[in-house]
Amino acid sequence: MACIEARGLRKTFGTTVALDGVNLQVDTGRILGLIGPNGAGKTTALNAILGLTSFEGDLKVLGRNPWNEREELMRDVCFIADVAVLPRWMRVSQALEYLAGVHPRFDRGKADGFLQKTDIQTASKVHQLSKGMVAQLHLALVMAMDVKLLVLDEPTLGLDILYRKQFYDSLLNDYFDHSRTIVVTTHQVDEIQDVLTDLMFIHRGRIVLNCSMDEFESRYAEVKVSPDKVEAARSLQPIHERQTLGRSIFLFDRADRRQLSTLGEVRAPSIADLFVALLGNEKAQGGVS
Amino acid sequence: MSTQSNAIPESRVGAVVVAPAAIPAMRLLYWSVRRELWEYRSIYLAPLAAAGVFLFGFLITAPHLAVTMRKASAMAGLQMQETLAQPYDMASGFLMAIAMFVGAAYCLGALYNERRDRSILFWKSLPVSDTTTVLAKACIPLVILPLVTVAVTVALHLVMLLIHSAVLAATGQSVATLWAQMLPIQMWFMLLYHLIAVHSLWHSPFYGWMLLVSSWAKRAAFLWAALPVLAVGALERLFFNTSYFFQMLGYRLAGNESAVAPVKDWPISPMTHITPGHFLLSPGLWSGLIFTALCLAGAVRMRRYRSSL
Repeated sequence: MACIEARGLRKTFGTTVALDGVNLQVDTGRILGLIGPNGAGKTTALNAILGLTSFEGDLKVLGRNPWNEREELMRDVCFIADVAVLPRWMRVSQALEYLAGVHPRFDRGKADGFLQKTDIQTASKVHQLSKGMVAQLHLALVMAMDVKLLVLDEPTLGLDILYRKQFYDSLLNDYFDHSRTIVVTTHQVDEIQDVLTDLMFIHRGRIVLNCSMDEFESRYAEVKVSPDKVEAARSLQPIHERQTLGRSIFLFDRADRRQLSTLGEVRAPSIADLFVALLGNEKAQGGVS
Repeated sequence: MSTQSNAIPESRVGAVVVAPAAIPAMRLLYWSVRRELWEYRSIYLAPLAAAGVFLFGFLITAPHLAVTMRKASAMAGLQMQETLAQPYDMASGFLMAIAMFVGAAYCLGALYNERRDRSILFWKSLPVSDTTTVLAKACIPLVILPLVTVAVTVALHLVMLLIHSAVLAATGQSVATLWAQMLPIQMWFMLLYHLIAVHSLWHSPFYGWMLLVSSWAKRAAFLWAALPVLAVGALERLFFNTSYFFQMLGYRLAGNESAVAPVKDWPISPMTHITPGHFLLSPGLWSGLIFTALCLAGAVRMRRYRSSL
């Protein structure tokens, strides 16, 4: 069943085109990674999905138009826009009380349970917590809401690696099931490679890659080739070539695995490497972000 | 997810069944007001602190109360009442002025601060509409602050009356005269009426305007609220050499005389001043309320379109 469906989704700011006719479909029970450089249109796409911005074209989230039916939609959708948006003056206990007051699907007991696994005191104010703890708190609050779609826009920005890992671990173990859908954007692409079920690259307001992770793994292969076999590798039409420590690394799309294995060790590429391969030529500045 | 989804089957759109769980609007409003009180504690702390300061001053001058009483005893009924009530009127006036400052400061920050610290993105991740949020914020100067002012003033008056009585008793004067002249219940009822009629309803355009500016300004909300007003007044002066705009503002700020009946024959009881019917029918009240409603509608719209600075 479709959770998000967009057809010809467009958004312009003056003469800047942020989204240029995006078509996409995200089914229920998927974890989609939306990857793109800064300014590619990721946040605009998420804002349109969350009813935070108007748009042209067709967009339905859980069967609703997010811009016109935002209030109803937000009972079934939640998002973490950034680690820094919990109000700094708020006490943890106030956040729990408030959410129990306004959210029809917030389970106070669940939130307490998640918080007990952390060092967060309910009497603390948000500004007294470390950045990692604020992220833990926000995640605990969001996981205690029984929503159908969760959107995460750079949810782990500025956190150390332990917190980042823990964040995705709890999301997978304590929250995700096949009735929920998660859309995530992040700079730390490789860290969520094992978390995702689907992958989408967005560049200059257009979708340039849209595949499931199973497809990603069967389609793309990376081979580390010693100098004597470089010419042989090039003849197989790799989509990208790069040098590391005197070896050449080739990335192939839909190549014959048996042929590849004669060149060297074949492995699945990282999302970041594929991103650079597909978009690196067009975009000199920035890289994967 | 399909690999290339240019063709979406029509039947799948709208197929998701969303359970119609909703929180009643009044409960959303209640929690929205509560969270304003959590964030802006000056709404009640400032009047309490002001009451403390006033009480301190009253205590210092308490010995003087015995002298005033002796002078007042020689006066005629109404004059005596006025003389005795003076410190109490000062107390309520002081707290009202504080409440106006708190209300103005609150309104200028209410829809600006949440955009500046980006916490608006957290509030918007919850099923609370922009309308509910803006109405909750408008409730603070229009409902909560007047009620807080009345409550704090009544408490302050009570403590003052006790101190006053103690001073009179200690100097062998009649405590009963004081209470008979002050008629505290009547005094507090008038205070409540004044706060609702003037500080809430009559002044509402000021608060509505400041909330609108707060929802729109990218910085310096205070300047954006004040400068256009000054500019309109100055331009009028420059081009027409008149000052109707400033007169209108002054009239608005000073309060509507039709909230209180014109005093021709100085009445026996001050209660006869109150003429709510007169006030409720005045066009000035209704034009002000319409302006306030337009400002709030504008603020709701701005909040919908402007998520963060």
